[in-house]
Amino acid sequence: MNDDKNDPDRIAAVMREHVGLMNSAVPWGNEVGFEVTRVEQGHVWGRQPWAENLVGDPDTGVIHGGVITTFLDNLSGMACTAAMTKLRFVATIDLRIDYMRPAEKGLEIIGEAECYRVTKSVCFTRAWAYHETRDRLIATSAGTFAINKPRFGSQSPQGKTQA
Amino acid sequence: MNPDLTNPRADEVDAILRRIPFAQTLGMRCEVLGDEMTAILPFQEKLIGNVTIRALHGGAIASFLELTAMLQVFLISDMPRPPKPMNITIDYLRQGHAKDLYARAYVMKMGRRMASVRAEAWQESRADPVSAIVAHFMVAQD
Repeated sequence: MNDDKNDPDRIAAVMREHVGLMNSAVPWGNEVGFEVTRVEQGHVWGRQPWAENLVGDPDTGVIHGGVITTFLDNLSGMACTAAMTKLRFVATIDLRIDYMRPAEKGLEIIGEAECYRVTKSVCFTRAWAYHETRDRLIATSAGTFAINKPRFGSQSPQGKTQA
Repeated sequence: MNPDLTNPRADEVDAILRRIPFAQTLGMRCEVLGDEMTAILPFQEKLIGNVTIRALHGGAIASFLELTAMLQVFLISDMPRPPKPMNITIDYLRQGHAKDLYARAYVMKMGRRMASVRAEAWQESRADPVSAIVAHFMVAQD
């Protein structure tokens, strides 16, 4: 574990260590089947495989927009946590999704979320969903997230109790 | 039969919902009275996003609202197929608790090419919505 409190990558490093836990701890995330694949400071990547039970248009096999919303919402929230120097969780205030083109049947979707500004109480994010590379965009999003105050008695990554 | 209470599109809405695999994954259903529709998302463990505070996942709520908005456009139109979404903006207003969720959608503008729709989801009281969306759908069938 990285013990330098001033290292801006400290929380992202903790998240990288616990990426398996982050993938399994969200029931609705498990149901839709996405996983986080990479965490950097303020930046998170993931993959959402195609599956029959996620189809929104039975005539074309295109995945429903709600799956992409779930995916980008989740990745954006994680990007906020990965942008901070103290362990803080966030709650979505609002999220806008623009659908560029339908996802192709059978192809996995790559997601990428960036937290580009952190204030005292709010984080701003943008995110992309695409096939293989960003020039095959499926959807983009812009979001704002509220930073939750630490819960009394919660453990910091150093194991000290925070007030 | 009272024509005000019986919408021939109501059975089609039900048939569409049963044909969409993702709507079945969510487990939602709809009740239609005339041109009014209430969507219902019965609580299930798999809809949870945060196990510590037992809150519904925002993505599950947004998915439910997007489907409700889409079905409302279909209900009041004569489109052969449900419309395709262009964009959706979600406001998360309150925590969604581990219980049933309800939703209604209002088509604010039904144009020739696009429809603008607002939808709200609530639990205890309709006056205290959990989340609201504004969505735009393509309604031109080219």
